[in-house]
Amino acid sequence: MFVSSMRRRVIVSAVTLLTSFGIMSASLAQNKPPLRIGFGMGLTGGMAANGKAALVSMEIWREEINKKGGLLGRQVEFVYYDDQSNPSLVPGIYTKLLDIDKVDLVVSGYGTNLIAPAMPIAMQRNLLFITLFGTNVNAKFNYPGYFQMMPNGKEPAVGLSGGFFDAAMTAKKKPTTVAIVGGDNEFAAMTTEGARVVAKKYNLKVVYDKTYPPNTTDYTPILRAVQATNPDIVYFASYPNETPGVIRAAREIGLKTEVFGGTMIGLGFAAIKKQLGPLLNGVVGYELYAAEKTVNFPGIDNFLKIYQARAEKEGVDPLGYYLPPYAYAQMEILGQAVEKIGSLDQKKLIDYVHSTTFKTVVGDVKFAANGEWEVGRPMYVQYRGVKGNEIDQFRKPGPSAIISPKELKSGELITPYQEAIK
Amino acid sequence: MDISLDLLFNAIVSGVLLGGFYAAMSLGISISFGMLDIVNISHPAMIILGAYLTWWLNETYGIDPILAAIVLAPFFFILGFVIYRIYYDRFEKNVGGDSLRGLAFFFGILFIIEMVLILLFGVDYRNINTTYTDSSLNLGFVSLPYRLLIPCALSVGLLLLIREVFRRTYFGRAVSAVAQDPLALQLMGVNPVKVKGYAFGLSLMIAGFSGAMLMIIQSVQPAAGRDYIGLVFAVCVLGGMGNLMGTLLAAMILGIAESMTATFAGPSWAPAVSFGLLLFTLAVRPQGIFGK
Repeated sequence: MFVSSMRRRVIVSAVTLLTSFGIMSASLAQNKPPLRIGFGMGLTGGMAANGKAALVSMEIWREEINKKGGLLGRQVEFVYYDDQSNPSLVPGIYTKLLDIDKVDLVVSGYGTNLIAPAMPIAMQRNLLFITLFGTNVNAKFNYPGYFQMMPNGKEPAVGLSGGFFDAAMTAKKKPTTVAIVGGDNEFAAMTTEGARVVAKKYNLKVVYDKTYPPNTTDYTPILRAVQATNPDIVYFASYPNETPGVIRAAREIGLKTEVFGGTMIGLGFAAIKKQLGPLLNGVVGYELYAAEKTVNFPGIDNFLKIYQARAEKEGVDPLGYYLPPYAYAQMEILGQAVEKIGSLDQKKLIDYVHSTTFKTVVGDVKFAANGEWEVGRPMYVQYRGVKGNEIDQFRKPGPSAIISPKELKSGELITPYQEAIK
Repeated sequence: MDISLDLLFNAIVSGVLLGGFYAAMSLGISISFGMLDIVNISHPAMIILGAYLTWWLNETYGIDPILAAIVLAPFFFILGFVIYRIYYDRFEKNVGGDSLRGLAFFFGILFIIEMVLILLFGVDYRNINTTYTDSSLNLGFVSLPYRLLIPCALSVGLLLLIREVFRRTYFGRAVSAVAQDPLALQLMGVNPVKVKGYAFGLSLMIAGFSGAMLMIIQSVQPAAGRDYIGLVFAVCVLGGMGNLMGTLLAAMILGIAESMTATFAGPSWAPAVSFGLLLFTLAVRPQGIFGK
């Protein structure tokens, strides 16, 4: 009886002590200054649709990490500015973040054109710089602190278009010629440069190789000129504002080719899926996530559920298949690195990110020496059986058959294009 | 590349269709900048506002973009009238006032419109699917996508209608007169401020119409208007300031030049050819091709 009573007292005291210690720790954590992460983000302008979706995803991570007590016992705060999708504003934003706002860490905004101008600042201060979807930005800088979230592989320019050509070469009639078309911008220049290298690897003769200006309204003259060269493969590198016009024009002129598609940014967006509906059928497009049974990254379903619940209210992409999981994963990597190192020592953080395989909602991420993914995973799908313009059909397996990479493959390429659109 | 007949014809037809739409986009500028001497740099943003309101009417009430253009006309007319009154009171009333401040005023409106659109509709791309968007009219080897054919036909029709209104009605003649000599108009007992207000309202009404047509052609996002600022002013200047038929023909010339260049030389040369044409015209004929 006495022993039992003593034991109870000891347990109660221990629980009381531990609870008090917990409260004290939480109180101490709350008294610590917040850990501030700074970045510029395109919240207006041409990149805003993705920029805002990225911000929503990053906020989800911030709220979750703060619920768990923050990083290094400090609540995480974001300090961000709208870069207006304008590269010329980026250096000023990062200078202000570091010199005036005194942020502890920085990450990039969204897109090649907005990452490149921030690079010299990150390099001068030897900062860890995890970036969101830049194509081959580090090729000229060779900065060891640069890391990039787009899963293009060690040779990003080649890797990005490589998946398309790997799939295209499985066409029934073996392709021998290719038309390469891209917008007049940094992203398309990098991507088409890679496409030329891959075309050479596959002994494809380039019969059309041209760019178009950013304010192009009608793409039918371009597609007709492409058709006149009679290519087996038509490869486009386009931005979201261009992609629907290109696909409509291909349909309008009745493009006759074996494989039509490319690194057409925007096909992953719900708004463009909704807009194009059945016009997507037959197109081989670049995606980062598809609701196919072969894609099963741990945690992504849960993340998408949380994201989709907020997306409509925030006026951003309701599906969130393109950028959002990667924006969230970017923060997961930063958070994991800081927690593991236990400080904000940039050199140690950079070394740790280089040497670690991170578990994220987009799967395991390991970076190569140049900051790109060690093993690329550019995903190309062929749309098929899309009926009507409802986006809900893309929440289930079927309409986006993955034809590359092999490990995620969920369907075979259908050729020629005119057959695939049926 | 071989220049085949069908490629040539299709390039010309595409250029004409595109030119027709460019004419609608530039018509409002031709009135405000060419006739009223108001550098309304926010005109393309007004077009995007028109596109978004068209989308909203379609999404909420299922109204077709063409009908939406008609429904929105009074709103844009009143908006234009009100904006002109503010512009007049703040900048134009003081003769010789700082015209740069007036330009800043319209720049401000441009940014306000973009921000309002972002706050109201978000930053995602918006589009409308109609029964006619995805089909084409095929005439032999020439293909006319309805997506471009309908905006072109309606735009040319609207331009010709406004031209007739300007030629045959009291209001039209008053607008032409205010462009030439507002003081003389005042001496004739006509209030030039009111006339200019109505004319500016008309120019924004056309911007709203162009927005509805843009929604048929492609998807839009709040900042899409910036892509068209250079184009609309180029058409206006090339055609001759305030010359409505000149605006139509200049738009067609730029549309065909763009299409032919894209087909036969390479699309990236299209802006160089278009603006090269503008520079050449300004060098040999500063008043524009059809200006007097």
